[in-house]
Amino acid sequence: MEIFVQQLINGLTLGSIYGLIAIGYTMVFGIIGMVNFAHGDVFMLSAFIALIFFLILTTWLGISSVVLALFIVLIIAMVLTSLWGWAIERVAYRPLRGSFRLAPLISAIGVSIFLSNFVQVAQGARNKPTPPMIRDVIVLFQGESGYNVAISYKQIIIMVVTAVLLTIFWYVVQKTSLGRAQRACEQDRKMAALLGINVDRTISLTFVIGASLAAVAGTMYLLYYGVVSFADGFVPGVKAFTAAVLGGIGSLPGAVLGGLIIGLIETFWSAYFSIEYKDVAAFSILAIVLIFMPSGILGRPEVEKV
Amino acid sequence: MNAPSITTSAQTEAVTKTFDLKAALFDSFRTALITFGLSIPILSFKTEQSGAELFLRSRWDLALIITAIVFGVRLALHAFTASRAYRQATPSAHQATEPVHAEPSAFQHVSKFAIPFFLGVALAFPVLIYLIQGGLNESRYWIDLGILILTYVMLGWGLNIVVGLAGLLDLGYVAFYAVGAYSYALLSTTFGLSFWICLPLAGILAAFWGMILGFPVLRLRGDYLAIVTLAFGEIIRLVLINWVDVTNGGAGISSIPRATFFGIPFTAGEGGFAETFGLEFSTMHRIIFLYYLILVLALLTNFVTMRLRKLPVGRAWEALREDEIACRSLGINTTNTKLTAFAIGAMFGGFAGSFFAVRQGFVSPESFNFLESAIILAIVVMGGMGSQIGVAIAAIVLVGLPEVLRNLTFLKAVFGEGFDPNEYRLLLFGVGMVAMMVWRPRGLISEREPSVILKERKAISGSLVKEGHG
Repeated sequence: MEIFVQQLINGLTLGSIYGLIAIGYTMVFGIIGMVNFAHGDVFMLSAFIALIFFLILTTWLGISSVVLALFIVLIIAMVLTSLWGWAIERVAYRPLRGSFRLAPLISAIGVSIFLSNFVQVAQGARNKPTPPMIRDVIVLFQGESGYNVAISYKQIIIMVVTAVLLTIFWYVVQKTSLGRAQRACEQDRKMAALLGINVDRTISLTFVIGASLAAVAGTMYLLYYGVVSFADGFVPGVKAFTAAVLGGIGSLPGAVLGGLIIGLIETFWSAYFSIEYKDVAAFSILAIVLIFMPSGILGRPEVEKV
Repeated sequence: MNAPSITTSAQTEAVTKTFDLKAALFDSFRTALITFGLSIPILSFKTEQSGAELFLRSRWDLALIITAIVFGVRLALHAFTASRAYRQATPSAHQATEPVHAEPSAFQHVSKFAIPFFLGVALAFPVLIYLIQGGLNESRYWIDLGILILTYVMLGWGLNIVVGLAGLLDLGYVAFYAVGAYSYALLSTTFGLSFWICLPLAGILAAFWGMILGFPVLRLRGDYLAIVTLAFGEIIRLVLINWVDVTNGGAGISSIPRATFFGIPFTAGEGGFAETFGLEFSTMHRIIFLYYLILVLALLTNFVTMRLRKLPVGRAWEALREDEIACRSLGINTTNTKLTAFAIGAMFGGFAGSFFAVRQGFVSPESFNFLESAIILAIVVMGGMGSQIGVAIAAIVLVGLPEVLRNLTFLKAVFGEGFDPNEYRLLLFGVGMVAMMVWRPRGLISEREPSVILKERKAISGSLVKEGHG
């Protein structure tokens, strides 16, 4: 029981990080129908940006309050990662609109390889550990066997930040003109263009929003694990994509739901079965969902038109 | 990053003779600014470790150099586009009067000489190297490089069946390479089977796995299929790592039996290769034998592919690539077509895998990660999907060039002592894949010959070979 509750907390923390990344996949897929393979590496890149600015703030500028530093780092990482997201779309995806269907995916794989190796060349291949930023935990209750169920401040921060940003994001998509333009492009890009929506700009902004949410995930990942390396984009990226597919690709609540489910499955699998096969479990879920229920939990079934 | 005044000048009637310098400069400046913004954290600061502590070292010079380079390149690009737009806008004297006719394409010109040339060089390679380097042992490095390149040529040709001909993007091709390698490693170490029995077995096993993995993904469309094959590839690698009882886990399987010359081992003593043929013993005999072995295997792959293209199944592959729905409407069994593509592609991957195992004498799961799949895919994509000679050229350039560059000492003088082109290899692969998709989505050699010919050969220009939605 104690282990169950503890794993539930851990799983939800991990799940919110996956959910944040998954939104980037699902939005891009919804609007231009491509799998943005490089999104996982954008996430990794944002963790590096966060790491570097955290070091600048704490060691060079001498900001002692970790929470303040984290807040500034989060903002900067979101801005700079958005710039990357925008640039990637502009250089690697926009010229391919109207090309054959696999072209954007191949291009995205190219971007993914480029990003991870760019970071490797620029920052070195080793793991980059940060000093533990926030250590305190709250003991929720003590089990009979003396096993403490605890929730750390880190986990609270991650869940709260995720919830706040998702609310803001939800407001943007549902209530603002940008969100309406986005949803219109998703339904019918040509018609949206005829009605005076700047489609290219909307798509660019979609990438910008996706990248900034990935930056939040990257910062939270750095906070949670305290270590990042250039190769860390691939597996979380695939898991977040699995989350997006599981929730129903194109559906925003689905991405968050899928992220939470994947996070829970991963932690429970590691706790109760075998930690070695946790990635196998994630990859298997991906294959099974894509093969047997490609429209996911909340997605609409796709009708292929000739 | 776009300069409307320049890119649209070709379409509008008023073509400016000199390009708009101000707009170009402004645009290049903007591009440079964005590049600088992108490089702020990642390039300008390097995280370095001393003990457990991380600290930062700033290197703004590097970021500024990169920004300057981007500025220059962007400006040059503008000048180039403008001059090209001007040239295209001025009609040549012949253009209007001469009838449109199909000239032999550049591809046909190239292929007429290139194919026999490449084949000749490949066959004579060990001899040439022997003569240039002046000894067997001195030429070892070059022949090893030749083997490496040919392995990738073979893998590229194998994947070309799946990606280039059938249009199924397979991101887990390395799984079949792994199946082939582990088949040989396990069969030879546990049952003592020889390489020549294991080679077909490895191919069959890989083809079998191709079918197993191909079957569930039949219904999926292009990008979903790609992601599922990626997942399968990763699953196979993770199982190889974790199933320690059989595969010996991450430590891998070592002391795999070496290849024999059709039963005659390459050993120094009695009954060895050197003694049987009355030669002086040299370890290079085995290496040269391996070189010709992989050459034969690669040519076999090519030969089978070229023949299959002319068979109904090959045409069905290409039809499937162009438009799946049309293909199905015409009564082609898409299930069988896809499965044969997967199985045959996987089979050649399996052959290459068992060759890899016999050459290295050691296999471990680390040789079969996603990056390997991506490299093979990059070779196929840059070679021009579907083009055989293009794949071979791409493999030589992508695998051979970084190796050769590493040994050029003057590069070290320019870039400093620690310069290793291999570090930048994958970086350039990524850039190359993007550039290829943006610039020539059909690859370097994008023109291909039609498989079916009525009366005479006509060239099809790359722009006409356009894909449908399939």
